[in-house]
Amino acid sequence: MAQTRRTLLVDPLVDNNPITLQVLGICSALAVTTSLKVSFVMALAVIFVISFSSLFISMLRNQIPSSIRIIVQMVIIASLVILVDQVLRAYAFEISQTLSVFVGLIITNCIVMGRAEAFAMKNPPVASFLDGMGNGLGYGLILMLVGFVRELFGAGSLFGIQVLPTISNGGWYVPNGMMLLPPSAFFVIGLLIWAFRTWKPKQVEAREFRIQTVEAH
Amino acid sequence: MTDHPDTAVETGRKGPIRRFLDMPPDTPAKTVFVAVAICLVASMVVSAAAVSLRPLQQENALRNQRINILQVAGQYDPARDVAEAFAAFEPAVVELETGRITDAFDPASFDDRAAAADPELSVALEDDPASIRRKPRFATVYLLRDDAGAVERVVLPVHGYGLWSTLYGYVAVEATGNEIYGLQFYQHAETPGLGGEVDNPRWRAQWNGLSIYDEAGEVAITLARTPPPAGEEYRVDTLSGATLTARGVENLVRFWLGEDGFEPFLANLRAGEI
Amino acid sequence: MEELLSLAVKAIFVENLALSFFLGMCTFLAVSKKISIALGLGVSVMVVQTITVPVNNLILTYLLAPGALAWAGFPEVDLSFLGLIAYIGVIAAMVQILEMTLDKHFPPLYNALGVFLPLITVNCAILGGSLFMVERDYDFVQSTVYGMSSGFGWALAIVAMAGVREKLKYSDVPDGLQGLGITFISAGLMSLAFMSFSGVNL
Repeated sequence: MAQTRRTLLVDPLVDNNPITLQVLGICSALAVTTSLKVSFVMALAVIFVISFSSLFISMLRNQIPSSIRIIVQMVIIASLVILVDQVLRAYAFEISQTLSVFVGLIITNCIVMGRAEAFAMKNPPVASFLDGMGNGLGYGLILMLVGFVRELFGAGSLFGIQVLPTISNGGWYVPNGMMLLPPSAFFVIGLLIWAFRTWKPKQVEAREFRIQTVEAH
Repeated sequence: MTDHPDTAVETGRKGPIRRFLDMPPDTPAKTVFVAVAICLVASMVVSAAAVSLRPLQQENALRNQRINILQVAGQYDPARDVAEAFAAFEPAVVELETGRITDAFDPASFDDRAAAADPELSVALEDDPASIRRKPRFATVYLLRDDAGAVERVVLPVHGYGLWSTLYGYVAVEATGNEIYGLQFYQHAETPGLGGEVDNPRWRAQWNGLSIYDEAGEVAITLARTPPPAGEEYRVDTLSGATLTARGVENLVRFWLGEDGFEPFLANLRAGEI
Repeated sequence: MEELLSLAVKAIFVENLALSFFLGMCTFLAVSKKISIALGLGVSVMVVQTITVPVNNLILTYLLAPGALAWAGFPEVDLSFLGLIAYIGVIAAMVQILEMTLDKHFPPLYNALGVFLPLITVNCAILGGSLFMVERDYDFVQSTVYGMSSGFGWALAIVAMAGVREKLKYSDVPDGLQGLGITFISAGLMSLAFMSFSGVNL
């Protein structure tokens, strides 16, 4: 069944979100979301890499021998990421400084490899490109939501602009230090999952054991 | 797969490329060929990008370094051209042990970080409070000269380990050799909002006017909540919730301003011999 | 010897790849449903890590680092920008070789691990281990010890997580949090606990 272009782009936003449903791309979601600006740059970089790597892998899908399949995919993905890093370092130095640390995280971002394996190897190039972009957008959405909560409550700012004046800058807001530490990202994503699944009950996982209820006598 | 041109099918002869593409991918010959081809193409693309963009990247890195030096010495003006503003600084390579400027190396090409790893140009540290493992024997310092040519301020490179990473920065010291003008870290990976507050302008402002050496000639700077015995003028507020980063900063500042670091140089500066 | 021991303990607890640096989270959260499977994956990760970190160290020292190619007569060449591709290539190759070796010589183990062996290639913890080795400038022996202990630390974390999840099966979790949601929250609590190790200097 051919999926329409719209489905490919929109499904991964909530219905098939890579982070909240497919359990992919978690590592970077924890590391970069202390600042909305970094989250945004990271999301853009990942969208670019997934779309184009899915495109190239899909174009070569009938030529890649299965015994070296994984390595070939990784080489294509890694080359793209290094290319992005080199270009940023030449033309947007400040942004590249924040991103350089995470370049390795993009290469091993399970979403990129996951979509390459699950979709690009079996589908034509244009569909793969859109699927990659859709998943990138879904990933970006979660990153921005988590980043919003963490930066606002952790530092009182959004995109670096002070919204809640903090005590150390002469204001009233005592920043929630835990929001700047990685464990808080786990909690925020967990609560996001709760919110998503309350909105879309189809995603709720079945229980393995039902708690027995005891009737009062 | 895309349709091949009808002419090839009709004549019954396919070109060599078509024949190759139609080969099943799992044959040994094709596996080797695809592997080699992918590696070649990928390395060429990456190398081409790296090599062609290198001059631009180096220029960016240099400009960034200069901006950091200008900022720590209080000379940075966003409206002014960086290279022009930086002309007021004279880079010089200093031998740490003697505290004198040496002609042995050209400051424009001397690579501080490479020197720290080079066994000829560095010394392994037994007593290593800043956790830097090796200490370079030479370092590039930047002398800010005023219009008359006298040294007004010096910018010294410092680095040391914090909680998660090595912090690299510059400390600007006044020509008296005993007062700090500023401290700025241009590279670190400490926890944002906690150890990362080393970048907070309000915290950094405390370093301005800080005294370095007490009467005994020892480095008396501390990061603490209460003034040390040497007095309030040696104290910077420690970072709340970032004990280890703060401790790292204190250790690295004390190391580089102490006898293993730039103290001989600062003594010479004070004596007017630079 | 003492230094190596301290390095090992640090890699297992203080700088646990999964719970302090949050590497390898995808597989950590997805595969931790049963202790037996988690154990299998943990052991695989440990084996791959023990092999790849020292091998990458050799590649860095003799091929990629500035001046590394002096033995071949090219002392000026600096190939460090090829680092990431090289390490990933090594990891993917090692996983592939391991898969083939297990299939041939240890079939029961190969069947038990099943699909999780190829999943290790994209485990950010493996690449992360090699990148830390590069950043901290370890020599060959230190790389081997680090590879072994960081892999062990990750395995320890995932088995602990599986233990917690097996217990959670019997608790009354709200519908929306069932499964993945409560796993995230548990992982958050575990990592908060591991923060108590931070800054421990041996």
